[in-house]
Amino acid sequence: MIRRRAAEGITGKGMQRRDFLRASVAASGGLLIGFHFPRLSQLASAQSSANVFMPNAFVRIGTDERVTVIVNHSEMGQGVYTSLPMLLADELDADWTKVGFEPAPVDPKYNHPAFGMQITGGSSSVWSGLEQFRQAGAAARAMLVAAAAQQWNVDSSTCRTESGAVLSGSNRKLTYGQLVGGAAKLTPPEHVQLKDPKTFKLIGKPIKRLDTPEKLNGKAVFGIDVKLPGMLTAVVARPPIFGAKMKSFDDSRAGAMPGVRKIVAISAGVTVIADTFWQAKMAREALRIEWDEGRMQTFSTTQMMRDFRERAKSPGTSVRKDGDPAAALANAAKKVEAVYEVPYLSHLMMEPLNCVVDLRAGSCEVWTGSQFQTVDRANAAKVAGLPNEKVQLHTTFLGGGFGRRANPQSDFVVEAVQVAKAAGAPVKVIWTREDDMAGGWYRPAFLHAIEGGIDASGNAVSWRSRLVGQSIMAGTPFAAVMLKGKDYDPASVEGVDDLPYAIPNVAVESHQAEINVPVQWLRSVGHSHTAFAVECFVDELAALAGKDPYQFRRAMLEKQPRHLGVLDLAAQKAGWDKPLPKGMGRGIAVHFAFGSYSAHVAEVSVTDGRVRIHRMVCAIDCGRYVNPGIIAAQTEGGAIFGASAALFQELTFENGRLQQTNFHTFPAMRMNECPEIETQIVESNEKSGGIGEPGVPCAAPAIANAIFAVTGKRIRRLPIRMTEAV
Amino acid sequence: MIGFSVNGKRVDLDVDPSTPLLWVIREQLGLTGTKYGCGMAQCGACTIHINGEAARSCVAPVSRAAGTSVTTIEGLSPDLSNPLQRAWLEEDVPQCGYCQSGQLMSAAVLLRDKPRPTDEDIDDAMTGNICRCGTYPRIRRAIHRAAEIAAKGDAR
Repeated sequence: MIRRRAAEGITGKGMQRRDFLRASVAASGGLLIGFHFPRLSQLASAQSSANVFMPNAFVRIGTDERVTVIVNHSEMGQGVYTSLPMLLADELDADWTKVGFEPAPVDPKYNHPAFGMQITGGSSSVWSGLEQFRQAGAAARAMLVAAAAQQWNVDSSTCRTESGAVLSGSNRKLTYGQLVGGAAKLTPPEHVQLKDPKTFKLIGKPIKRLDTPEKLNGKAVFGIDVKLPGMLTAVVARPPIFGAKMKSFDDSRAGAMPGVRKIVAISAGVTVIADTFWQAKMAREALRIEWDEGRMQTFSTTQMMRDFRERAKSPGTSVRKDGDPAAALANAAKKVEAVYEVPYLSHLMMEPLNCVVDLRAGSCEVWTGSQFQTVDRANAAKVAGLPNEKVQLHTTFLGGGFGRRANPQSDFVVEAVQVAKAAGAPVKVIWTREDDMAGGWYRPAFLHAIEGGIDASGNAVSWRSRLVGQSIMAGTPFAAVMLKGKDYDPASVEGVDDLPYAIPNVAVESHQAEINVPVQWLRSVGHSHTAFAVECFVDELAALAGKDPYQFRRAMLEKQPRHLGVLDLAAQKAGWDKPLPKGMGRGIAVHFAFGSYSAHVAEVSVTDGRVRIHRMVCAIDCGRYVNPGIIAAQTEGGAIFGASAALFQELTFENGRLQQTNFHTFPAMRMNECPEIETQIVESNEKSGGIGEPGVPCAAPAIANAIFAVTGKRIRRLPIRMTEAV
Repeated sequence: MIGFSVNGKRVDLDVDPSTPLLWVIREQLGLTGTKYGCGMAQCGACTIHINGEAARSCVAPVSRAAGTSVTTIEGLSPDLSNPLQRAWLEEDVPQCGYCQSGQLMSAAVLLRDKPRPTDEDIDDAMTGNICRCGTYPRIRRAIHRAAEIAAKGDAR
């Protein structure tokens, strides 16, 4: 039954990425595969004692009444150190003021129930943890009740629980702390009764985050803050061009600089190990390295996009085909075609990459903000030449992740273990912002060539999308398994392959570009570009039909109630029918991603070519929800993340070299540019979807469509530049 | 030797005077609440106070601190009693939290200069502090709220 519930949590197109993640485990070494909830008894731990009650891997209760929830997902801002403990604490009837959290160690017990390994991604933490954390809390509660009943010599059914205590009758009360010793002796139950949702005390409420206090006084420990006795600090000089190889280096000046301990060639480049960061960085600047620049030395993104455009002229691999789009287009009353382009993007986490390693004979400890513990530990073990069990990976707070810290090759961890081998002492590798930006693993650049047609009544009758871009999976250890039987990458086309509109003739075709720029998932992955292209093109069709863009969408979504729900809610709250002041325009977009439905309305003005977003109204339907406060924060943050990319962000290469280096050339939205944002959450009894990513995709198309509304010009390339509008 | 006070405590350090204050605070003094984000005064994660004024410690050489009084996030109020910290708690501002030390230190100078800041004042004072999680709407609300908390405190 539990297994079935887990499987039901997977919905729609999100499945494809999750398929990959399950499949990938097989590729990376035969870990647990498939949906798997360990039985409660298997989660039992030997850690219970007279002072500690630890009935399963997810909770520990002390005689001091503290309830510590062990969380198997990484906290990168999305609130899992609060939402997952809420699930457990509600079933436990814990006193919330006594509840804390602790990051889980790496252990199969803590594998993602759907993905079969320890990972934080795919906007999946809450839906995948729903049953797991509730079960764990309910099991602990049942044992505490049994311990109290035993002590009072009454039947368990006469007992009730409230705020961290078991009660019976009118005068019997034992706190959980008082029951630790008794409960620790009991065997965990095989089956537990979960609460009726009507009796939830925490779930569904905007509970304040547990990790806020330590983030306001400097106490929260991120990877970059870890300090070990005798620790050295290292930086790495990496190739200036992807694929370049180090030929030789001259460290005669660098090696003599103060604080420098070692300068060593490693596979990633040359590492400078020193007493302090600044000493290492200064010495790196004094290094002279000769590189064999390799075949990427002529690489140019301008040329690449020209090639993409050319390639889109021929048919690609068929991803979806309904009806006969070519014939329908030929017979259409009116036609339009458009080419949309999006650039490579850096994740740009506020905390640049870093990793601390303490490598000893026979053991290795790693501290880092990881989103991918199972793979990171296995890769660290491989470099260290140790079995997995001899490597401990400690997950710190992540100063943003956005997918970058779930690297299939564990690039920043592998490199740090190599540095530790060279250092012969505990070492922290710090990436500068410039290192982080030039380090690759970007959101791939994409081109969408779309053509569509409407009939004489203005109904869309034909749609063909051709995509050109790099596969995220290709070239990773997971490619063989994931792409087997498919000659396109599902993560490239997610969000257009499931085009929800009632259009009778649809084709989606994919061209996979082979370029030696490492690419990776970035917050909302394929949806980060497919929603832009699809929702802008729907707007173009509406204009062609002379129809209101909101009503045009409505008419094509009659059989998609949840799309319609968020679309209507966003339009209504934004006052779609109310006129705006002169010089302002409104745009709308709707999209499904990661099990959730989202719609945005943006209000913008354009003055002297400068786009200003004044207001965004975001509607989100993520099914049954856990913490509406966190959902609002994620939705706002997602909109800002998407708007940042839409307005400002582009990585370009010339002569193989990245042209952007830091926030001044790859900007992020700032306070003075941030619009007023309003989030509306749909009340729903549908199964829970994700929340970390679904807020991102609609931002760019809603803004671009609003620009059309006020200027009559179309934005077909991101980042938005009014000089390029057509 | 370079001497200055940090959060009210006197320190004397034997350090290369060109080293950015950020790294001295983080590595020599062990106060890791002040963060590295860009190294070129673009993001504000490293914001501290030198003699009460906001400074980007990633570009300030430690020599600039000589003889001054430096305040870091750890010195704002360790028990979270500062009106800004109280407001940040009320509005549940942080997500990943990495930029928040810098946000709070910038906001502290704003509130000292303008106890009832307008939205424009907030834009002016906070635009140097980037948050990639997108907590700006909540930061704005929290600054207004902190102004109210501080005003009530003064009235008592």
